[in-house]
Amino acid sequence: MSAWRLTSIASPRSARLKAPVMSLYQVQKLIYELNRSPEHRQRFVADRAAVLATYELTAEELQAIEQPDIGLMYVMGVNGQLLMHYAALRGFEWDAYIKAMRDGLAQHGAVRTGLYVAAGSLS
Amino acid sequence: MSLVFAGVVSHAPGITGRAQRAEPAARDRFYAALDRLRLEMEETRPDALIVVGAEHFANFFMNNMPSLCIGMSDHYEGPIEDEQWLAIKRRRIPGNAALSRVLIERVMQSCDVAYAEEWKFDHGIMVPLHFLTPRYDLPVIPVNINCQGPPLIPLHRAWAFGKALRDACDAIPERIALVGTGGISHWPATPDSGKINVEWDQQFLQRFLANDRTALLGYTDAQTHREAGQGGFEIRTFLSVAAATEGQTGQLYCYEPIPIFAVGCTVARMTVA
Ligand SMILES: [Fe+2]
Repeated sequence: MSAWRLTSIASPRSARLKAPVMSLYQVQKLIYELNRSPEHRQRFVADRAAVLATYELTAEELQAIEQPDIGLMYVMGVNGQLLMHYAALRGFEWDAYIKAMRDGLAQHGAVRTGLYVAAGSLS
Repeated sequence: MSLVFAGVVSHAPGITGRAQRAEPAARDRFYAALDRLRLEMEETRPDALIVVGAEHFANFFMNNMPSLCIGMSDHYEGPIEDEQWLAIKRRRIPGNAALSRVLIERVMQSCDVAYAEEWKFDHGIMVPLHFLTPRYDLPVIPVNINCQGPPLIPLHRAWAFGKALRDACDAIPERIALVGTGGISHWPATPDSGKINVEWDQQFLQRFLANDRTALLGYTDAQTHREAGQGGFEIRTFLSVAAATEGQTGQLYCYEPIPIFAVGCTVARMTVA
C-alpha cells in the first residue's frame, strides 16, 4: 500500500500556489445564505456586524460587503449569480449594478479569480 | 414509449423581470413562441413535466455541489428571488415524489444522481414555468445539472444523463414532458451582460436541432467560455435533451437576441420518436 500523497492532477502547479480562495468562498457563502433565508436577511439588516462576525472574512472583504463596494466584490471574483442579488438587497437597480461592476474594474483592476478573469474586458 | 414531449427554452431573469425594457416586437415574438410550445406540450397530455435546469446557487452551493440532482418532493417553492425583481409571485409548485423516486431509481442504473426532497426554484425554473405551466397545474420534476460552480461534468456525461433520463421515462407508464433550459451564449450578471454571440448561437442551434452528437460533444469549456461566456456552460441542459431524443431532429420556434434579457431568447421543440 502506498502512503497518502497530496497531489493534484486537475490544476497546474502555478494555480495551486496562488493565494488561498477560502475567504472568497466565505463571501459567497454569506450571500448564498442571505438569498436562501428571509430570517437571515432580517438579521443582516438589523445587525450587520453580528452576522458578518460568523464568517471568516478578510478586512478588505468586510469593508467591501459593509460599504457595499459591489465593484470590488466583482473584482474579488464573487459569482454574479450571487452578487446580483446582494446588489439588489443593498438597493442597486439593474443599471446601477452593471455600472458598479464596470466602475470596479476601472478602479480596482481586473477580476482576480474565478469565472470572470477573462470577462469584463470588452465593455 | 412514455416520453411524449421534448423542448428547450431560455430562462434568463430579465425575460420576466425586465420585460418592459425589451424591444416590444422581439419580446412578443419570443413570448408567442413560448405560448406555442405550451399549447403543443398540453396537446401531448403529459402527467408530469421534467425541467432540466442549471440553477444559480439557490439550492446547490460549493459546500456540497452535486453534478446532477433530481427533485423528489410532492411540492416545491419559488421563486427564491425577490418577487418584484423577477416579477413572478412566490408560490407552491406541485411535484410528484413517488414518480420522482421511480425515475431516480431508474436513472441510477446507469448514472449517479443526487436527489433533493426540498428545492427552492430560482429563475432558472420559474421563468420557464411562468410561460409553460402558467396555471401551475402540472406536477414538475426539477432536475439540475451544475453549470455554475466548476468543476463541471464533462459534456459526454451530460449526454449520458440525458440518455438515462430517457430510459427512465420509457420504463414507466406515465406520460412525461421534458424541457431543458439554459444559455446559449451569454455573459449574465457581468459588465458584459447583454452581449450575445449570435453567430455562435446559430451554429450551436443548427447542431442541436440536427441532433449532431459528434458536433455537440466536440465543444470544450475553454472554447465555450471564450466565445460564449460563462453562461455558455449551460449548454449541458440542451445536450441532455438532445441525448434524450437521440436520432431525432428539432424545430426552432424562436431565436431573438434581446440584450436587456441578456440572452438570445430561444424556443425549440425536439421530435420524440
Ligand atoms: Fe442560467
